[in-house]
Amino acid sequence: MVINNSHEQITSIPKAEVADLDFYYGSFHALKGINMTLPEHSVTALIGPSGCGKTTFLRCFNRMHDLYPGNRYEGSIWLDKDTNILGRKVDPIEVRMRISMVFQRPNPFPKSIYENVAYGLRVRGENNRRLMDEKIEDALRVSALWDEVKDRLNESAYNLSGGQQQRLCIARALVADPEIVLFDEPTSALDPIATASIEELMSTLKDRVTILIVTHSMQQAARISDHTAFMYLGELIEFGRTKDVFNKPLNQQTEDYISGRIG
Amino acid sequence: MAQTTLKSRSRQIYKPKLARQVKEKVIEFILFLAAFSSVATTVAILYILIKESFLFFQEVPIVDFLTGTKWTPLFVNPQYGILPLLSGTLMSAGVALAVAIPMGTIAAIYLSEFATKRVREIAKPALELLAAIPTVVYGYFALLYVTPFLQNFFPKLPGFNILAAGLVMGLMIIPFISSISEDAMSAVPVGLREGSYAMGATKLQTALKVVFSAAISGISSSYILGTSRAVGETMIVAIAAGLRPNLTWNPFDQAATITAFIVQVSLGDLPHGTIAYQTIFAAGLTLVLMTLLLNIIGHFLAKTYREIY
Ligand SMILES: Nc1ncnc2c1ncn2[C@@H]1O[C@H](COP(=O)(O)OP(=O)(O)OP(=O)(O)O)[C@@H](O)[C@H]1O
Ligand SMILES: [Mg+2]
Repeated sequence: MVINNSHEQITSIPKAEVADLDFYYGSFHALKGINMTLPEHSVTALIGPSGCGKTTFLRCFNRMHDLYPGNRYEGSIWLDKDTNILGRKVDPIEVRMRISMVFQRPNPFPKSIYENVAYGLRVRGENNRRLMDEKIEDALRVSALWDEVKDRLNESAYNLSGGQQQRLCIARALVADPEIVLFDEPTSALDPIATASIEELMSTLKDRVTILIVTHSMQQAARISDHTAFMYLGELIEFGRTKDVFNKPLNQQTEDYISGRIG
Repeated sequence: MAQTTLKSRSRQIYKPKLARQVKEKVIEFILFLAAFSSVATTVAILYILIKESFLFFQEVPIVDFLTGTKWTPLFVNPQYGILPLLSGTLMSAGVALAVAIPMGTIAAIYLSEFATKRVREIAKPALELLAAIPTVVYGYFALLYVTPFLQNFFPKLPGFNILAAGLVMGLMIIPFISSISEDAMSAVPVGLREGSYAMGATKLQTALKVVFSAAISGISSSYILGTSRAVGETMIVAIAAGLRPNLTWNPFDQAATITAFIVQVSLGDLPHGTIAYQTIFAAGLTLVLMTLLLNIIGHFLAKTYREIY
C-alpha cells in the first residue's frame, strides 16, 4: 500500500527521526515500516484505534521492549541525528536517562513524595541534598504540584489523589532534565478536572522538553498537540501539523477515524 | 414479557427456597465446626499451659523464675531461673537468623528479579526441598559433620555447641524466608518495575530500591515467621547444642534451649504433679508467649507497611 502521509513540510528542527522502523513481538509484526520525525520543543500526538500499535511505537523510543525476551526492532530512531536509539551498541539505560516516560496508570513508588521525585537523581548517583532539593522543587513546580505538596514532602505518595499522583509521576519524569518525555494516555485513568490540569501542563512543558503523547481522545489531541500522527494496524498512515491532519486529512482512513467512523 | 420469562426460568433452575436454605445452613455449620475446632484446640492448649503454670508459680515466685540465673529443676536443691534456657534459645535463634535472613533475602531477590524462568523453575522447588528434610536429620548433620568441620578452625569448640546448631538451623529456615519473600516480590506490579526502568535504573537498583520496598510487608512477615521457627525449633538444638542449661552469650559454648529442655523432661518419666514436672509447662508458656509476641509484631508490621500500590 502506498501511504500518502506527507503534509506540508514541518519546519521545526527534528529532535528524533524514525527511519524504516519495524517491530516484532516474537513473530507478531506489530510496527511496519514507520518513518516519522519528532519536531523539537513541540507536542506530537499519536492517535489511532485500539491495538494499532501506539503504545508499542512509544515504547521503542526508550527501549522498554528490551525488558522482555523475544522482542525485536529493525530500522532506526536517530536522536539528534547522531545517536541511533536502537543501535546495538547503545546502552538502553543511557537512552532512558535522556528519554523519560509517564505511564497510563499513575505508578508512584511506595516511597515519600520527595523520594519519588528524587528517584531519577538517585539512580544517577546524585547525593547532594541542596542540589536535589532545588531540582525536586523545580520539577514539582513545573508539574503544578508544588503548592499542594510542599508541606508534606515526606508523606507517602499514596496519600495523593489519582491526578496528583500522575502529576507526581510527571515531576519524576522531568527531574533529571530529559530531552524527550513519552506519555502513554496519561489522563485515561483520571477525572475531567485532573485531565484538564495535566493538559494545561503540556503546553508549558514543551519549552523544556520534546513531547510524544499517545491519546485516545481526538479532542485532547486537537487541544494540546502541534503535530499529529495517525496509526492504523501497525502502520503510520498520516503525519502532519495537527490542524492540517484534523481539517484536511489526506487519507480516507484518517478521515474515517477522526469523524468517528472507525475505532 | 421479558420479566415473566425470567421468573419462570428461575423457577426451573433454582431449587425450592426451603431446601436451598437448609442446605446452606448445613454447609455453614460444617464450615463453622472446622474453623471452631482449630480455635478450640488453641484455646485448650493455652488453658492447660496456663493452669499448670499457675500451679508452678504457686511454688516458685515469678520473679525468681524470670531473673534466676540457674536452671536445675532436677537437682536435690532445685533452682528455677529461666534465663539460662532463654539465652540458649536466643543465641541459637540469633545465629540461625544471621544466616537465614541475608541468605533467604538474597535468594528471593535473585529468584524474583534476576533468574530466568528456567532457572527459577528448577531452583525454587529445590530450595523448598530444604524445608522438607526432617529436622532430626539436620540435627545429626550439625552434630556429626558441621561441628567436626568447625573444629578444624576452632579446636576448642566443644562437641555440643550453639554455633553448629544455629548455622544448620539457619540453613533449614532459608526456604521459609526466601519463598515468602519471593512471592511478595513477584506480586509487585509490573507497572512499578517499568516505572523504575523508565527512569534509567539498572536491574539491581530496581530490585533493591523499588521492588524490595514495595514488598517490605511480605518480606518482614517472612522474617517474623523465620524467627518463630528458630525460637520453636527443637530437634536440631536438642541434638547439636547440648542439654546443659548454661547462661551464656557465647555461640561457641554449649547450652540447652527451652525446647530442648522440654524434650528432655518429657522423655524422662517424671511423676505428674511434681514441681519438676510442672516446669515444662512454665517453660512452654514462656515459649508460647515469645512466639505470640512475634506474631503480634508481625501483624503490626504488616499493617503499617501493607502493600498499597
Ligand atoms: N507483549 C505483547 N506481545 C505480543 N503482542 C503484543 C504485546 N503487546 C501488544 N501486542 C499486540 O501489538 C499490537 C499493538 O498493541 P499496542 O498495545 O501497541 O496498541 P495500542 O495502539 O497502544 O492500543 P490501545 O489504544 O488499546 O492502548 C496489538 O495487536 C497487541 O495485541
Ligand atoms: Mg496503548
